[in-house]
Amino acid sequence: MSHHVVEVRNLGYAYPDGTEALKGVSFRIEHGLAVALVGANGAGKSTLLQHLNGTLMPTTRGEVVIGGTTLTRETAATVRRAVGMVFQDPDDQLFMPTVFEDVAFGPLNAGLPPAEAEERAATALERVGMGHLRNRPPYKLSAGEKRAVAIATALAMSPDVLVMDEPSSNLDPRGRRRLIGLLRSFEHTRIIATHDLELVVEVCSHVFVLDGGALVAEGPTLAVLNDEALMLAHGLECPHILHHLHPHGPA
Amino acid sequence: MHMADALISPAVGGALWAVTGGVSAYCARKLKSSLRGDLVPMMGVLGAFVFTAQMINFSIPGTGSSGHLGGGLMLTVLLGPHAAFLVLASVLAVQAFFFADGGLLSLGCNIINLGFFPAFVAYPLCYRWVARDAHDGARLWGASVLAALVGLQLGAFSVVLETRASGVSGLPFNTFLLLMQPIHLAIGVVEGLATAAVVSFVGRARPESLGSARGGSDVPVSLRAVLTGVLLVTCVLGGVFSWFASTRPDGLEWAIAHVSGREKVAGAASGLHEGLAAVQGKTAVLPDYGFKEVAAGGQSEGAARASGADAAETWPAVKAGTTVAGLAGGAITLVLTCLLGVLVKACQRAG
Amino acid sequence: MGLGGWIEVGRMDELGRLDSPVHRVHAQAKTVTTGLFVVAVMSFARDEVSALTPFFLYPLALMALGKIPPGYLVRKVLMAAPFAIAVGMFNPVFDRQPAFAIGALTVSGGWLSFASILLRFALTVSAAMVLVACTGMHRLCAGLERMGLPRILTVQLLFLYRYVFVVGAEGSRMVRSVELRASLTRALRFRVYGSLVGNLLLRSMARADRIYRAMLARGFDGEIRVLRPARFRLSDLAFVCGWAAFFAAARFWNLAGLLGSLLTKGVS
Repeated sequence: MSHHVVEVRNLGYAYPDGTEALKGVSFRIEHGLAVALVGANGAGKSTLLQHLNGTLMPTTRGEVVIGGTTLTRETAATVRRAVGMVFQDPDDQLFMPTVFEDVAFGPLNAGLPPAEAEERAATALERVGMGHLRNRPPYKLSAGEKRAVAIATALAMSPDVLVMDEPSSNLDPRGRRRLIGLLRSFEHTRIIATHDLELVVEVCSHVFVLDGGALVAEGPTLAVLNDEALMLAHGLECPHILHHLHPHGPA
Repeated sequence: MHMADALISPAVGGALWAVTGGVSAYCARKLKSSLRGDLVPMMGVLGAFVFTAQMINFSIPGTGSSGHLGGGLMLTVLLGPHAAFLVLASVLAVQAFFFADGGLLSLGCNIINLGFFPAFVAYPLCYRWVARDAHDGARLWGASVLAALVGLQLGAFSVVLETRASGVSGLPFNTFLLLMQPIHLAIGVVEGLATAAVVSFVGRARPESLGSARGGSDVPVSLRAVLTGVLLVTCVLGGVFSWFASTRPDGLEWAIAHVSGREKVAGAASGLHEGLAAVQGKTAVLPDYGFKEVAAGGQSEGAARASGADAAETWPAVKAGTTVAGLAGGAITLVLTCLLGVLVKACQRAG
Repeated sequence: MGLGGWIEVGRMDELGRLDSPVHRVHAQAKTVTTGLFVVAVMSFARDEVSALTPFFLYPLALMALGKIPPGYLVRKVLMAAPFAIAVGMFNPVFDRQPAFAIGALTVSGGWLSFASILLRFALTVSAAMVLVACTGMHRLCAGLERMGLPRILTVQLLFLYRYVFVVGAEGSRMVRSVELRASLTRALRFRVYGSLVGNLLLRSMARADRIYRAMLARGFDGEIRVLRPARFRLSDLAFVCGWAAFFAAARFWNLAGLLGSLLTKGVS
């Protein structure tokens, strides 16, 4: 099942107390693209991400369509196998006694026999370079290791789309550099909500700007991020990297 | 109130383990049929919360000492009785295995004493009855203190019964009782206040959380189930106690006569008789030392002193000759075992 | 226990993940053996002292072969001792019936039973801790489940264990932040306590919600599935039978007494 196009059509969501978090967001992401979702705090990035795997459902209007399947409560289970999510706090995502079991959790729930689930888990861990930590309990990992393992837990389900919420937060420079390398090497569709604009420049080809629950701008990374007026108007700024070359980044 | 293995006989420990096992299986089944997948992480995290909260103390004004949350009632308010029981069992298990709070044999007793009574008796019968759905205010505080008191008093009484029935400790029943119950009165008030403080804080800050942990479809605790449970626990404790008490029929008859004002209870239906006798045995023993004095009368000589009576009656007298050799051998065995350990370590380091 | 209690838990777990001949024995075998040990020890008459001493061989042997630092375990046993002492010390008070005499010294039955209580305490506590220290929480729970513990309970134990570090760290931070702002000797004021613990509770519940969402995102449907469990081998059976035989022998014959009489006979 390749060519999973991610489509969001006029998505509206309001909290139980009535405040509108998302006001009719629409976009379409072709397969294999790396897209960044940027915006000030409270713009609605996390809320939007949670709609992509059915954690939240639209309350006022609109729909989410993944690879042609409209996301509803009934189709949520199938969609979740195609959309892997990496949450903001890895401690919420690594809840099993060992790293290996965490990574195998997804495949086992998908109904795979234990032997195959183990194989998937091993492959996913190797992919993120954490194979040597398989028997470690999660609380003994560093922030960077936790983040990589969290990504592995999503990878193990062989998703077509990877959704990540602030993946580079709390990482030290080396961990962050490793993360950027990893993200660049993936072929999945990548949707990354982040404040780390330098990472956006290095990893993503397109950017969506969210402000107050509405999609206020979208386009190629350099075009959007270079637009100083636009960035400042929506609580952001232009990243340095556009004007200076990062000594450790790609040329 | 953690019991230690030191006080429990295998019979009592085993019996209470069986009760714990039964109650746990019942709770597990009930929860499984309620299909609440979100309970899994909630129970785990709340267990970790109770574990942590028990280590945070607050000062009790005017006494110079400090108190802390036990957590039984708190968990039941948040999760309902079935889940709360299992969570408490897990917290006590971790404490027993990692901190030697209590022991292995007595873990079953501890789980019943500290978990069963708050969850299945104090909460449904006291807390719910007084508090209804209050999230704050006098009703909540009153219900909390009342429920905590009841739960802890019942738990403390169980401890006394279990200790007595085991007969390992020489502590006389009455002394232990008079020690335990008043102390746990104070502890109950502290627990109730601490629980209310936390619940009312959450009730003011995020009232929907109080209902959400349990979920809209609360797994209902039928009154029948509660009464069955209480009856079961009472019967086990009573049965064990009466088995113990039956080794001195004189004392029991004296107790019965004292309570009912009649010479003997005329042969009641046999099934009921043992249970009733146990209950009366319990209530009659409470007031004073009468139990001991009568018992002493019917015992072998050398049983004049308080608990010496028990020792001489139920356990064989110690023979002097074997004991000296025994002590010597015991000391040597200890030394030998330690040396063995040291030797193994040395080999490990060398090899 | 102190707010650093959860760090202790981590230390025990670390020991549980070492490798040694003892660690490799199946958790089920070790649990059953420890259970037999506790039953054997607790089934002694209340004033039995010397017959208990050979039983120290079990925890000491496991500690030595399992590479568990003895000082660590001894310290933990000592820390838990006060309760046993507190209860047991009534025995010499109430039971003054003399049991035997060594020369001019008369020892009462009460002192014997007190000593017995202490020995029993030391034995059972060290056996329990050695079990955890050379098995680790994870394998222990898997073994318990194989022996019939309901899965919801094993899952509960593992989750509790997993998050005790996280919630413990949060709690420590919160208490420390209060301590920095107020001059405290040891305990919080009640008002502050209510808000602090209340806050901790809210955060814990929010965390539980997030964890549940993460579980759902990976296809959780209410049933926790496990990978292939370790197999029970012949060597594990031998472990149980061997120790059980020793416990039986030590229970029904006073081995220490025999040793002692051999020596005293040799001497005189």
